[in-house]
Amino acid sequence: MNDSPRAQARRWYLQRISAMVLAILVLVHLVIMVYAVRGGLSGAEILARTQGNAWLAVYYALFVLACAVHVPTGLANIAVEWAHWPASRALLMARGMALLLLVTGWRAVYAVFTGGAT
Amino acid sequence: MKQAMDGRNRRHLSYWAFWVHRISGFALAIFLPIHFTLLAQALHGAKGLDEGLVWTQNPLIKIAEWGLVSLLALHLAGGVRLLLIEFAPWRGLRGAWVAGAFGFALATGLAFALSLIG
Repeated sequence: MNDSPRAQARRWYLQRISAMVLAILVLVHLVIMVYAVRGGLSGAEILARTQGNAWLAVYYALFVLACAVHVPTGLANIAVEWAHWPASRALLMARGMALLLLVTGWRAVYAVFTGGAT
Repeated sequence: MKQAMDGRNRRHLSYWAFWVHRISGFALAIFLPIHFTLLAQALHGAKGLDEGLVWTQNPLIKIAEWGLVSLLALHLAGGVRLLLIEFAPWRGLRGAWVAGAFGFALATGLAFALSLIG
């Protein structure tokens, strides 16, 4: 597992770039959420908005990718600085988290885009 | 020589901002895979989503949802402050942005809560 200063700098930079992307995506997501939960949520309501909506699918697929870049670095920092994990273990956990977010996130995007109809 | 900290650094506004940013990020990181897994129930159609959404009728889950939305807004605004400190040409720790972040989170949380009960 690479923990050289160059690799650390690359992770810092990737986290900041993903933060810039997420800042815009999260702002839009907050607006969508406040609008969507009015009067309660139902599966049919969610799918009416998302099923077959390619723009929304691309938007949320990008959201998941940005999360998978941004979140693991933050978690690795917490593991090293607060839980005193060795860097190698923290980075391994971070890679696992990135994979988990990509798999569960893109699966969720696929699910709400197709609505189970394949 | 290693110098002992006397705690003043931990009473600084920026330390609290750092702490809140980290705790909110950690909470959101734990929540994301659960959120994605719930949304993936759409693979079984609207009925599948509804089965997952039954949980959200619980008042405690509604409070948790409100908390997570507020934390997301807080993490967003706190993150923008960090990006400004690191990348913008201005000097200083953007203290007003800490207050602004809490205000933004409060306003977003209130808007979400009103939508939830409306």
